[in-house]
Amino acid sequence: MYRYDEFDYTLVNERIQQFRGQVSRRLNGELSEDEFRPLRLMNGLYLQLHAYMLRVAIPYGTLSADQMRMLAHIARRYDRGYGHFTTRQNIQYNWPKLEDVPDMLADLANVEMHAIQTSGNCIRNVTADPFAGVAADEIEDPRVFAEIIRQWSTLHPEFSFLPRKFKIAVTGSPADRAAVGFHDIGLKMRRGPDGEIGFEVVVGGGQGRTPLVGQTIRDFLPKADLLSYLEAILRIYNEQGRRDNIYKARIKILVESLGAPAFAELVEREWEQTRGGGLDLPGDEIARIETYFAPPSYPPASVADNALTQARAAYPVFDRWCRVNLSDHRQPGYGIVNISLKPTGGIPGDISAEQMDVVADLADQFSLGEIRATYVQNLVLPHVRLADLKPLYDALADAGLATANIGLATDIISCPGLDFCNLANARSIPVAQRISERLADPDRLEAMGALRINISGCINACAHHHTGDIGLLGVDRKGVELYQITLGGRGDGDAAIGSIIGPAFSYDNVVGAVDNVIGTFLEQRQDGENFAETYRRIGPAPFKEQLYGTA
Amino acid sequence: MALLRNARVEDDDWVFVADDQPIPTDGPVVISFSRYQAERDRLNDRDGPLGLVLDSDQTPRDIAEDVGRFELICLKFPKFTDGRGYSAARLLRERFDFQGELRATGNVLRDQLAFMLRCGFDAFEIPDSVNALKWLPALSEISVHLQPAADGLPDNVARRGRRVFGGISGVNQARPAGNTEVWAR
Repeated sequence: MYRYDEFDYTLVNERIQQFRGQVSRRLNGELSEDEFRPLRLMNGLYLQLHAYMLRVAIPYGTLSADQMRMLAHIARRYDRGYGHFTTRQNIQYNWPKLEDVPDMLADLANVEMHAIQTSGNCIRNVTADPFAGVAADEIEDPRVFAEIIRQWSTLHPEFSFLPRKFKIAVTGSPADRAAVGFHDIGLKMRRGPDGEIGFEVVVGGGQGRTPLVGQTIRDFLPKADLLSYLEAILRIYNEQGRRDNIYKARIKILVESLGAPAFAELVEREWEQTRGGGLDLPGDEIARIETYFAPPSYPPASVADNALTQARAAYPVFDRWCRVNLSDHRQPGYGIVNISLKPTGGIPGDISAEQMDVVADLADQFSLGEIRATYVQNLVLPHVRLADLKPLYDALADAGLATANIGLATDIISCPGLDFCNLANARSIPVAQRISERLADPDRLEAMGALRINISGCINACAHHHTGDIGLLGVDRKGVELYQITLGGRGDGDAAIGSIIGPAFSYDNVVGAVDNVIGTFLEQRQDGENFAETYRRIGPAPFKEQLYGTA
Repeated sequence: MALLRNARVEDDDWVFVADDQPIPTDGPVVISFSRYQAERDRLNDRDGPLGLVLDSDQTPRDIAEDVGRFELICLKFPKFTDGRGYSAARLLRERFDFQGELRATGNVLRDQLAFMLRCGFDAFEIPDSVNALKWLPALSEISVHLQPAADGLPDNVARRGRRVFGGISGVNQARPAGNTEVWAR
């Protein structure tokens, strides 16, 4: 894991002092709320429906056990005993008091964490594949470059007042677990013409009211040129991105209006000037960061564990959990354990302080002290010996953290919705809870196969409803909450935007409608297809017919 | 408006000439970009320093060849959220080698001064109502920089000795204009 050096410590501590001053100027009225807003936003502090909300950065989703314990402490001390993992690998606290926030940030700094640039019109916390460094299919660890980007973008003097927020994701595997196609910039590590490793650069993806899949503007970018190229993209965007209309201010609109080839040409021309200068990444600086992410030395582990085989045979529930929640690790004898934060009827992404402590202890005991947060609002223990799976499972089950539904229909991505958010048109969480209860039967759930449901409470699409196999969008019609259903979206390597299937459903009927869609799928599927495969084969018509009756 | 320059409040020695007013034949004057475009050649005959105002939707890329003619360039921030001036400032300093005074005008706030200084501004138009002494600490609240910019200060990578420091044009940027290093201490 990355460790702060003197520069990081100094910066974060000075930043807290600065924010302490800004908070006190706000509290004594020297700063108006309008003037305070951009300052607090750049420190991750939102003003929500009922209270402030603090969003803490988890750079590229990697956490130590000690950091997780601090997150638990903060939940207990300053909030209401829980936190909420977001769709950008961050954690949010929903009830902090303004005057407490500088102390919360100081506590976070003690474990090398901060809330810098988790909001505001700046370069946001950089996200990456949650399986980085352990995935069996990985080309190279993307966190090295996510960390380099984190440092370069932190308090960037030129790019702190962009037209709109700016999100970057990096993946080092062919299988995209970071939704790079839906980011302002997506970086995919790949091999270049001479076999060396660099990046494919994808620009202009995004969701919100204009969902667009990003377009490749450069097939291969050498590592040394990463920052100068990013700076060229950001400068063109800062100069030319629209500032007259907040809904047209993201880079995707600029790329769309110029056309990707013309945008690419602008960037390349700017890059001719920025490359070869002070932003070139020296090889020894890359190597220095790489040492932080060197693979751990794995204690020996046997590949075929008799006890595990016996336990799986003896305990069908444990066996199911292994089938569903375990992913392939590159180290023989090890597995990647996914911890679902989507218990039946629960709030997606919510976790109590006590559960955080349990996860931290289990990470120390079974996962070399390391934890990951995923953009689908779950946690990961990345280095678990297969022989330890049963005791780990038992401990997770005791803490209510052993739901076997990773990637299944109840692994719902949901935004906070109208229960917390002042942008929302409709409730999201209670809809997620009701769907989760309706689909809870574990046999049926597993039999459905991979199926993503995403629920956004408004068009800003924080829950990425466009990318769900089944997406729900909350809309407000004359004060009544309604839900539009989109089908056929995908967030992974074959990124696609779902299409609206027909008229919206009421709060009371939407759960039945989702079940109806799933029923059509189960009726129509062939040869163990998953939802996406069936939908691609038969199209929307049969779903429409079942939902709305024959025309 | 007051002028914060060289880490203190100074008198403004420049005369801002409106587009419909005649340009004095001598003395330091500041004119708009459109006026400059219209009267570019006639201004050669004038004695006295010339200054230019660029609105946030006007890019210094259009005057790249001419920056040597100006001793002052004002970049306007119509709203503090309009960040185009930061890119304009870096281009002027680092790519077009502008050596004169670079002044931020319009909606300039205390908590933006440090970013502006890093991008190459060395003068700030601030409201009269403000106690400038209270604003000065904003320039030194953050002492560590994680990226090179126009102020010529080394970033973290350079300070670790892993590269010579430099800004966007790639040359070392220990820039003589202004005294930003002193400001940033």
